[in-house]
Amino acid sequence: MQSTTQNEPIQILLADDDPDDRLFFKDAFEEIKIKTNVQTVNDGVQLMEYLTKEGVTLPQVLFLDLNMPRKTGMDCLKEIKRIDKLKDIAIAIYSTSSSEEDIEETFVSGANVYIKKPSDFNALKKILSEVVTTNLQYQTSGLNRDNFILNL
Amino acid sequence: MKLYIKYNINAICKKILEEQLDKLDLNYSVTGFGEVDIKENVSNEKLKQLGVGLNDYGIEIVESHKSILVQKIKDAITEMVYLEEKLPTSKISSYLADKIGHSYGYIYNLFSEVTHTSIGNYIILQKTERAKQLMTTTELTFTEIAWKLNYSSVAHFSNQFKNATGITPTAFQRIMNKRRNKVPTPEPSENS
Repeated sequence: MQSTTQNEPIQILLADDDPDDRLFFKDAFEEIKIKTNVQTVNDGVQLMEYLTKEGVTLPQVLFLDLNMPRKTGMDCLKEIKRIDKLKDIAIAIYSTSSSEEDIEETFVSGANVYIKKPSDFNALKKILSEVVTTNLQYQTSGLNRDNFILNL
Repeated sequence: MKLYIKYNINAICKKILEEQLDKLDLNYSVTGFGEVDIKENVSNEKLKQLGVGLNDYGIEIVESHKSILVQKIKDAITEMVYLEEKLPTSKISSYLADKIGHSYGYIYNLFSEVTHTSIGNYIILQKTERAKQLMTTTELTFTEIAWKLNYSSVAHFSNQFKNATGITPTAFQRIMNKRRNKVPTPEPSENS
């Protein structure tokens, strides 16, 4: 009934102002087993422009850095949750902060995943792969997406 | 006013399947979840129509043998986790092997190959989801939930929940309550 296999590449979008982080992120996705198509934007304003562009392919998972110039990740998160056609995108917060308060606030605001940026490349690969496979389970196994909360 | 509802996905799917199959005048029976037995030869044209009709509901006709087996494994696990009574205490591996009709080694490898996750992880995921559902839609205590899902103790349940989600059951419940009580900020356009 529901599809169990994933042949199409998974659409991923990363919003992060740090060029090094963007590079690591893309490389990490290159090396994991699941096929993905990774796009990146450099800040919150660019992100919102990208998502609301006419005819754009929406990502299945959006990785969102909290600290970005012009518009913060938190502002983007709240804005996305208010827009009907965007509010079902799975959102993974990608941040250097690990304060319990920050984490809980993002979940309450509708984030699905909270990732503390790892310093090690292999750890990053493992985390990204876990996020994508878990999201896939929510997409293909009829689970209730409202309950999708993962803190890594 | 806000209403919080509970629903049964399997009942919904069955109903939709029946409606779509009736539309095409087919002689069928829905044999279990994820399986329909059609008692006649179906033209490719009709099969295509059925596929299109079901697609609107996010239901797909699974074709390949491997996908079907994986779907059966998933269904068996879901069924096991959602049993109204306590989960079977017999060994899960032999339970699944019996139910699917292949050796556990075979289904274990097949499952990992197709889904990129292991059967063990999938069971934990389903149990955690069931726990989340019980936490948000019932008044059951953690002790009652732990018992219902066959954990040996609340501590065991809490640990597995924390390992699977990164947060404690208490934090999960707090977050969900805060989400519900949050007054949604209206879009600026709605004010004008």
